[in-house]
Amino acid sequence: MNMQLYSREGFDRLPVRLFIFSSVVLFGALIIFVRLWYLQILNGGEYRQKSENNSIRIRYIQAGRGMIMDRFGKVIVENRPAFDVLFMRKDAPDFRETVRNLSSIINSDPREIESAALKEPPFLPARIRKDIDRDMLARLLTNKLDIPGVSVSIEPRRNYPYGNLASHFLGYIGEITEKQLEKAGEGYRMGSQIGKSGIESIYETYLKGIDGKQFVEVTASGKEVSILKEVASYPGNNIITTIDLDLQRAAEEAFTGKEGAIVALDPRNGEILVMISSPHIDLDMFAGPLNSQEWNKLTNDPLKPLQNRAIQGQYPPGSTYKTLVAAAALEEKVITKDTSFHCNGAYRFGNRSYRCWKKEGHGSVSLHKALVESCDVYFYQVGLKLGIDRIAKYVREFGLGRPTGIELIGEKAGLVPDKAWRKKRFGEPWVDGETLSCAIGQGFDLVTPLQLLTAYVAIANGGAFYKPHLVKSVVGPNGDILKTFKNEKKGNLILSPETVTLLKDALKGVVNEPGGTARLARHEEVIVAGKTGTTQVIMMRADKRVKGQDLPYKFRDHAWFASFAPADNPVIAVVVFIEHSGFSGGHAAAPVAGQIFKKFFDLEKERREGPNVDMKVASLPPRDKE
Amino acid sequence: MIDRRLILNFDWTLFGIILVLTTLGVINLYSATYMVDAGITPIFMKQVYYILIGMTILAITLNIDFKTFERFAYWIYVFSILLLVMVLVSGKTGGGAKRWIGIGGFTYQPSELVKLSLILALSRYFHYRTNVGGYYLRELFVPFIIMAVPVLLIMKQPDLGTALILLAIFTTMVFVFIKVRLVSLVIVGVMGITGMPVLWHFMKDYQKMRLLTFMSPEHDPLGSGYHIIQSKIAVGSGKIFGKGFMSGTQSQLEFLPEHHTDFIFSVIAEEWGFLGSLTVVIGFLILILWGMGIARECRGRFETLLAAGIVVMFSWHFLINIGMVVGLLPVVGVPLPFFSYGGSFMITTLTGAGLLLNIRMRRFM
Repeated sequence: MNMQLYSREGFDRLPVRLFIFSSVVLFGALIIFVRLWYLQILNGGEYRQKSENNSIRIRYIQAGRGMIMDRFGKVIVENRPAFDVLFMRKDAPDFRETVRNLSSIINSDPREIESAALKEPPFLPARIRKDIDRDMLARLLTNKLDIPGVSVSIEPRRNYPYGNLASHFLGYIGEITEKQLEKAGEGYRMGSQIGKSGIESIYETYLKGIDGKQFVEVTASGKEVSILKEVASYPGNNIITTIDLDLQRAAEEAFTGKEGAIVALDPRNGEILVMISSPHIDLDMFAGPLNSQEWNKLTNDPLKPLQNRAIQGQYPPGSTYKTLVAAAALEEKVITKDTSFHCNGAYRFGNRSYRCWKKEGHGSVSLHKALVESCDVYFYQVGLKLGIDRIAKYVREFGLGRPTGIELIGEKAGLVPDKAWRKKRFGEPWVDGETLSCAIGQGFDLVTPLQLLTAYVAIANGGAFYKPHLVKSVVGPNGDILKTFKNEKKGNLILSPETVTLLKDALKGVVNEPGGTARLARHEEVIVAGKTGTTQVIMMRADKRVKGQDLPYKFRDHAWFASFAPADNPVIAVVVFIEHSGFSGGHAAAPVAGQIFKKFFDLEKERREGPNVDMKVASLPPRDKE
Repeated sequence: MIDRRLILNFDWTLFGIILVLTTLGVINLYSATYMVDAGITPIFMKQVYYILIGMTILAITLNIDFKTFERFAYWIYVFSILLLVMVLVSGKTGGGAKRWIGIGGFTYQPSELVKLSLILALSRYFHYRTNVGGYYLRELFVPFIIMAVPVLLIMKQPDLGTALILLAIFTTMVFVFIKVRLVSLVIVGVMGITGMPVLWHFMKDYQKMRLLTFMSPEHDPLGSGYHIIQSKIAVGSGKIFGKGFMSGTQSQLEFLPEHHTDFIFSVIAEEWGFLGSLTVVIGFLILILWGMGIARECRGRFETLLAAGIVVMFSWHFLINIGMVVGLLPVVGVPLPFFSYGGSFMITTLTGAGLLLNIRMRRFM
């Protein structure tokens, strides 16, 4: 009882206060009651009519997708307007008639139009035809009154002014699948475009803009009355890649008709200037809906066009490996620059004879000559002295055996064999004879073209290399730089300066000395350094050797050339890999690299000094009129 | 485990009205989120899960004597403030506002917890204070701070609607239920009126727009005038009997955005008409008046204020939300208890209802 008194103290007529509030609530409810009466009873008819007659459509305005540009801002992938034919059944008083009229305007089977139109509920637009040309557009607009319910939408579509250039790392976009839609965040609907591979996919969140909306008031017959509300779309951000478009185009031209990969990058920072994987994929093909037939054709094509060979193709490196083995041997002090071996065309080990590519042999060979003329016998012996585990150790320091970490998805790691690996993989110990094959890059070792290039960059830099990357920065639609991607240094091995000099001299010799295997890569003014490789796909007995190009495709040798220039302070490194070339690295791959170097240094000059104006042409008098 | 006396005193009427409102809410939400060819959409299922969670919490809180709540009131309050700070520091954003935090795979909106924790804190504060002659304004400084801290944090998110509700709850609890000196009341009133232009100055543009379009929605059909126009059409077109379950064209065809959250009442009005709307309004009135009855019969101060505070919370949500949907009030983000989609608020609603049941059950203790 006491508690009661105490607890009520200071409240002062609480029941009254509660009652006051209850009254306030009742009063509010009363006002709501009156309002409901006003809206629903008194004016119910009017509102009912409004809701029935004037319906409102939500029209989505697809945002412009960000563009992809090269390092100088030149546009590689952009958007263009595409016109689609839409059909909203609700607005067609006579469905059959509209279908009939429409079919004659767009030259389409009425049954096809009908089935397309029935795919959506009556109050949502169904897509009848995508990407029509201007003539059809004109015809549709002229005959608008005969086709109530039909409308034309303008949508941005991806445009590739350079065709299939760099198709693999650019990637393609397509309509979002149901699975993707479930995982996608806001802003995605059925029919939204989404990046599916390459840069389009990895940088999807940057490239995608924000779709706009229009709330359009429409009468019963489909005529627009007014736009009630509009939310503008906001375009996506642009991706600035590290690619040099002019160089890429020249490289693609030099590579026509060949399968394989080319990668060119700047050894000082890992920025990729060129990336080609051939055969290409047709990016335009993916812009529309891809039927399963076309898709199966692509995935079952034995040439595997969907594979980005630059990062996914794993091949034996051939003689290009020798440089790396040499680096290991020098650092481990297994050889010096003067250590020499004798090559007479073959080397006997175990109970086998391991051949050198040059039947007659190279004679007495030391390191320089062994690299310049690519003597196998020399390296058989160096390999043996090193042992596979030491080879593996150094080669891994150069980045082989694991992905480089480039932004693209699906990069393969390659393979660096060592004793432990062999035990695990085959359950057997390592056999020394295999060291010989590995030393010349024809054993179990596998590299991707990009990996091999980074290994050569490491040599050119004295041990360090940068993580290769394709994207420089993300830029907003108004030009603001939103994000810059930093160069990442990798590789802890530091080669001694003597080793580097020796190797570089040898690599220079490969290209510039008589007897060098890569003379076709020479540049007039700049000293190019590199190493060729020719990987045999099948073992040939020396006497049964057939001319490479006469072999069936899949048995032909691969051709490699890994290089950098200028040799002393390289600003560009290039790897060329030609799959099943049939020719040697020196014959087939080196000249392609040579063309790339030529274009690169020409471009450099042009960009520094301005384009070369042919003075003769400029001073010609104007043509006389006929 | 539970005293037999408690079971005897269990308020079946209140529980009944809670169940009825929850059920109606779920059924209505099914219609509001039903999309053609999509069957039961995830939104609907999510709400069902949250209701189950809320019911579980309700059951748990019934086992806890409300005196325990009194003891931990300030702790709960501080905890909710910490959560609010967490939102500002590492919260998730949605629709342009940072209001949520992620726990495991779920998102929770701490401002919904504040609705209850503020009531708890205020009830606790005034439990021991006695001031026979009434409070002076300066003596209300601490309660003011108790309210101001979360309100400011919430306004930063920004979440105008919740801030408004908290302000309304505070004002009602302090100035209506607590005896305050007349002089102080007058001062507050004057400050409030003269403070309007100052408030106007600090409001964000879109908030100003909302007030203006409220005055004349046709004036700005491109902006939030759109919402009000569409909502009135939805409500009015229901007429007496409504268009029928799942046949509300305004909502089914997505003409009215947010129709499953703040504007959920428009779905009821459109599909069940005047009769349906009235039923829901009366349902809320029963809940509120019955809850007030519980508060009146309480013995201790804390539980009186707590019960009254929860009823006040329901009342303001009810009045402001429906007022907004029928075009009597400007558009503010205030949900409708039991009906609006929103897990965090549903949990708050059911927890609050649980506390009412709790207090009623133990009124003889």
